[in-house]
Amino acid sequence: MSSGIRATPEVTLERAAAPTRLEWRVATVVSVRAETRHARTLVLDVPQWPGHRAGQHVDVRLVAEDGYQAQRSYSIASAPESPTLELTIERLEDGEVSPYLCDVLQPGDGVELRGPIGGYFVWEVTLAGPLLLVAGGSGIVPLMSMLRHRALAADASRARSPVRLLYSARTADDLIYASELARLGSAPDVRIEYTLTRSAPADWTGYNRRIDRPLLEEVAWPASEGTRAFVCGPTPLVEQVANLLVEFGYDPLRVRTERFGPTGS
Amino acid sequence: MQTEEMRLDGNAAAGLLRELFVRDMTSAMATCRGCGNVGPVGALLEYGHQMGIVLRCPTCEGVVLRLVHAADALRLDPSGMALLTLTDGTPVS
Repeated sequence: MSSGIRATPEVTLERAAAPTRLEWRVATVVSVRAETRHARTLVLDVPQWPGHRAGQHVDVRLVAEDGYQAQRSYSIASAPESPTLELTIERLEDGEVSPYLCDVLQPGDGVELRGPIGGYFVWEVTLAGPLLLVAGGSGIVPLMSMLRHRALAADASRARSPVRLLYSARTADDLIYASELARLGSAPDVRIEYTLTRSAPADWTGYNRRIDRPLLEEVAWPASEGTRAFVCGPTPLVEQVANLLVEFGYDPLRVRTERFGPTGS
Repeated sequence: MQTEEMRLDGNAAAGLLRELFVRDMTSAMATCRGCGNVGPVGALLEYGHQMGIVLRCPTCEGVVLRLVHAADALRLDPSGMALLTLTDGTPVS
């Protein structure tokens, strides 16, 4: 009879999840879904996908026959609970990678990717407390993973993490996931506000300008210790919103940003 | 070309950093050698270049990390960083 130290099941699990090299894998396109004129979702089957957390991204690599490589990062749109991996790609007209992913790739095709990547811009429903999400354009994609993850959680968990989303887009036609967001927004503890910066339909009831201080003050949770904010979109929008939130009294360490770089205009 | 429009976060360097480190670096805390500011690597300011990336301190804008992806080598210049702290809770990916 041994009184020595025994490995507990928890320790065994931790060992099983030991860090591994980030490997390139070939994912297969299961289906594609048009989201807007400029964006579509790739539904992917990834062999031995280790699972992801909401907010993480993958690197996608295209290799030409002459060996030339182009690599880009794309946010994961699907919830961690989803059996398939979904990426929503916005087509940049002068892009090297996104036109291929948006126009050429078809169901049955393979695409090389590695991930999940990033542990900074992530949210889990177990992080209780009010949640503020601010998206500019395709910056909605990683925030959608968070909203989908939250929607699948137990009632009690959702009640502990009420969410507000402020989504800025150029026109109503550029709003990605519009119908799903309308459904999610009808749930208790979910408030979704839109602002259109270029043109709005005649019957538009949302905001109709770029995000500024009064607009953000109206939509954001009042600053409190437990509030977390995730801001994703073009660099100028992200920096303006993050700076304002810190001025409002948000904890800078709880204002997480993901800058997408220059606007595509 | 260090215009504000081109600026990204350290988070965007996560894939490249994972070629060097087995644990996720974006949630590790970096101490700037220049001003002593402590913050997550994911919150550093990233400037992309043809050859690699530069991560700057959000407080003093001094260079904290340089990563260069040359044809035959991946090079990390950590001389702008005084300390890198990974807590036990820092995820593996």
